[in-house]
Amino acid sequence: MDDLPEKKDPKRKPKSGMSRRNFLKISGVSAVAPFAAPLIAATSVLEVEAQAATGMQGPGKVPVTLNVNGKNLNAQLEPRVTLLDALRDQFELTGAKRVCDRGTCGACTVHLDGKAVYSCSVLAIDAQGHQITTIESLSQDGKLHPLQQAFVDNDAQQCGFCTPGFVMACKAFLDHHPNPTMEQIKHGVSGNFCRCGTYAGIRAALMQAAKTAKGA
Amino acid sequence: MADNERDYSWPAPEKRSLIGKRLNRVDGPLKAAGKAKYTYDVHPPGMLFGKGVRSPYAHAKVASIDTSAAEKMPGVKAIHIIQGPGSEIQWAGDYVVEVAAVDEPTARDAVRAIKVEYQPLPHFLDDFTEPKNLPEDNGPLSPRDIFNMLDDDDPESTKRAVSAIQQRGIKFQVTPQLVERMKSNEVPEEVIKALQSAPMKEEQKTDSPYQKEAETVKGDPDAAFKQAEVISEGVYGCPVITHCCMESHGSIAEWTDDNHLMVHISTQNISASAPQYFQALSIPAGNVHIHQDHIGGGFGSKFGVDRWDIAAANASKKAGGKPVRHMLERDAELEMAGSRPSFYGRVKVGAKKDGTLVAWESHTWGTGGPGSAGAPQVPYVVNVPAIRRQYVNVRTHTGPARAWRAPSHPQACLITMGALEDLAAKLQMDPVDFLLKNIELTGTRANVYSEELKIASELMGWKQKWRPRGQNGSGPVKRGLGVSIHTWGGRGHSSDCALTLHPDSSVDIKMGTQDLGTGTRTAILMVAADSLGIPMEQIQLNIGDNQYPPSGPSGGSTTIGGVSASTRRASVDALHALFEKIAPALGAQPGDLEAANGKIQVKGNPAKSMSWKNACARLGAQPIQVVGKNPGPGNLIDSGVGGAMMADVSVDTETGIVKMNKMVCVQDCGLVISMKTAESQCYGAMIMGIASTLYEEKIMDPQTGRMVNPTMDFYRLAGIGDVGDLVVHMMTGKGYDERGPIGLGEPPTVSPMASISNAVANAIGVRVPFMPITPDRVLAALNQGANHAAG
Repeated sequence: MDDLPEKKDPKRKPKSGMSRRNFLKISGVSAVAPFAAPLIAATSVLEVEAQAATGMQGPGKVPVTLNVNGKNLNAQLEPRVTLLDALRDQFELTGAKRVCDRGTCGACTVHLDGKAVYSCSVLAIDAQGHQITTIESLSQDGKLHPLQQAFVDNDAQQCGFCTPGFVMACKAFLDHHPNPTMEQIKHGVSGNFCRCGTYAGIRAALMQAAKTAKGA
Repeated sequence: MADNERDYSWPAPEKRSLIGKRLNRVDGPLKAAGKAKYTYDVHPPGMLFGKGVRSPYAHAKVASIDTSAAEKMPGVKAIHIIQGPGSEIQWAGDYVVEVAAVDEPTARDAVRAIKVEYQPLPHFLDDFTEPKNLPEDNGPLSPRDIFNMLDDDDPESTKRAVSAIQQRGIKFQVTPQLVERMKSNEVPEEVIKALQSAPMKEEQKTDSPYQKEAETVKGDPDAAFKQAEVISEGVYGCPVITHCCMESHGSIAEWTDDNHLMVHISTQNISASAPQYFQALSIPAGNVHIHQDHIGGGFGSKFGVDRWDIAAANASKKAGGKPVRHMLERDAELEMAGSRPSFYGRVKVGAKKDGTLVAWESHTWGTGGPGSAGAPQVPYVVNVPAIRRQYVNVRTHTGPARAWRAPSHPQACLITMGALEDLAAKLQMDPVDFLLKNIELTGTRANVYSEELKIASELMGWKQKWRPRGQNGSGPVKRGLGVSIHTWGGRGHSSDCALTLHPDSSVDIKMGTQDLGTGTRTAILMVAADSLGIPMEQIQLNIGDNQYPPSGPSGGSTTIGGVSASTRRASVDALHALFEKIAPALGAQPGDLEAANGKIQVKGNPAKSMSWKNACARLGAQPIQVVGKNPGPGNLIDSGVGGAMMADVSVDTETGIVKMNKMVCVQDCGLVISMKTAESQCYGAMIMGIASTLYEEKIMDPQTGRMVNPTMDFYRLAGIGDVGDLVVHMMTGKGYDERGPIGLGEPPTVSPMASISNAVANAIGVRVPFMPITPDRVLAALNQGANHAAG
């Protein structure tokens, strides 16, 4: 199953040991606890485990250092702030977009240590110590990356709001599949949605970019 | 030469240097680089984050609001009551209180800390059940009731309408403007007179969610059905779906002083947003600065300044003018920032054995939420000689409807083309032949449809692939083809184009229009550069700001005609002024000059020329400034297009899964300005249509009155692997080009549901009546078909 997307599953050990999903799960259980007595015990066990693993950060702001596009950026953030919101609201890197905000649509895709992730589903504190790459770093000295140029040439964008996420997903896909088949493309970038309907252009752009890379 | 004699007409094919070419969109590099700034990306210094308390009830009265705990929270800068105690909530998720705080987590906490008590009221959500046995409506008439009663071909209809007006009265004001409009729409004089003397009556207040509209009768449907040799009856329909713009609705509002408001807003309507702030805040429209560089999708849902936008402006005022950003979160976006009305219908349609259509009868209904659903007109495009139709509007608490690409058309097309396909199957006719047999019933565009159906058939390989129903192989996977035709108006809206030729040879254009991703920027630059004979890169285009001359809202496929025509007129006028300046130096009359290849030259004698740069240098210190307008002199645009669409699907009869193999779109839009972005519109329309056919539905919970799938995991869009092969063919050349550009945003979105659902019916031999065509519905239709055959 090598053509299934590797993205969104960085095989890494999160520093805090707590993903946003787990965090949500735990807080969800807490919320219903008062109405379901037996769950209280379960909740406290979960919370204790989580605290032990994390060394308990927050709930107030904590210092966070993120390595973004090769530079260390510092901010004071609450632990609940996602990588996406930190990039956009703290560092003005607005290429990654907030659309579904729960790991479905891919508009927020960035790379973490070279792998595509949904930045809305990674906590900023968890992204510390990893190499974060955003769309802003892809074009160099005002020159588009060949993949971006392929998006332009094949009109693989209309409103363009999903485009940065798509470009980053496509980049990670091509890095792992330099000679993609159409079937691999259909699975490999299926973690991103477009509402305007630019998939015909995106398929053509991926084929062009793969060809350009081979010719280079 | 006087202005009205000046030749503004589109250049002949051999003279077009850019128009119609396949060029990259001009803002493509910026978007692909992730550097295009959308409203959601705007972050002025000191910006506060706006969030709202939203009603959990679909129908309720606000009983009390306690904001005291939130007010004490550090970081909370403003709290504004949007709907105070006593307000009646009409849909779940509606905003009640606005909060602005220093960061988003704090704003979220503050929203949770506000206590609102509601007095729940009964809600009504069921738009699906057929309204039956409704009492005859004898109440006062609406404009649409009267429209329904009138039939151009039947003088008796005038008499019936006059008598109904006199007996039932009317519930609207007959203003001089309305009279003018009726006259221009050829409403009979007797009807207008009757309206002017008709009694105004209050509509009876009723608890019924149903509004039965006046029946339309054309010809003699009863007699026509008696003559019909084959009659097909069926039920068809599609649910409410949402726009699901990738960039949610919202804005950033900032009071730059006590009486000036700066607004960044995600809108399809730059030039007419400021007056909406005046209505809500009494701030003069001239003091409201509206700006937007890029918009992340609108599709008809972003014409208005919304409740949350006004709330952000109010919160900003309370926070001492600091900018407040309120962009909707995804659940709010899906619950209330745009939905397309549902439409269901029971149809009976009859034909002669040779396929000649004779009669149509339909009972249709649908919901647009608390207001009107727009009453899609059936039969669609194919004007059956004898018709009886009745529509019932269902008022529900599902959230307000908004325009959705080609309002009412996809729904009307689905029901009409579905019923016609079922009739063709009963006649054992190929549905393309059946449409062609009746093509004269489409009226003035019959030739366009015939030509398009021929091209589409070739691109699809229809003749080789099409099989009659029930003959699509013996294996579990059945393959089928479907066809549909559609239309739209799309006349260009009003637009002003301010164009300046500078002595330094640069050119700039300012227009209060917007580019929804349709390629508006690209088209404007192609028209201007082609007209001026200079490269597109030499022209600076500024749009997206209400400080520029106004253009209409981008809706109803009106933008391309509007901005192309105003830009063409501005370019021709500016050139004319330049010609007057330099004609003496070339020893010619201004009328003898033309602009081409970066030069001004004498027509027919390119040797006598002057470079663009030198020509502009002769302007001295004074630039040439002109404003081109639409409407204006010369026939540059038209209205009314035709399109044909075909779908090829495979349906697994064991799992019920529908797979798209291929779709073909053949579309007319007059003169194509920008071929590449025009084709993209068609690709996009097919893909959006695949989603509404196979996946999309705003599912409401009858118990809680809330939408159960306000997330993108459960409100499903089509993915890159779901769409099959897509083929687009634009009609160009003689018969099309000379009409000038006509809008394209709506037409190709109309036929996907009809053509795909017809393909499914062709594949599996039975009709899946309702969208979306989910696996369970396919299996249910197959079971029912089997039972029907057995019983």
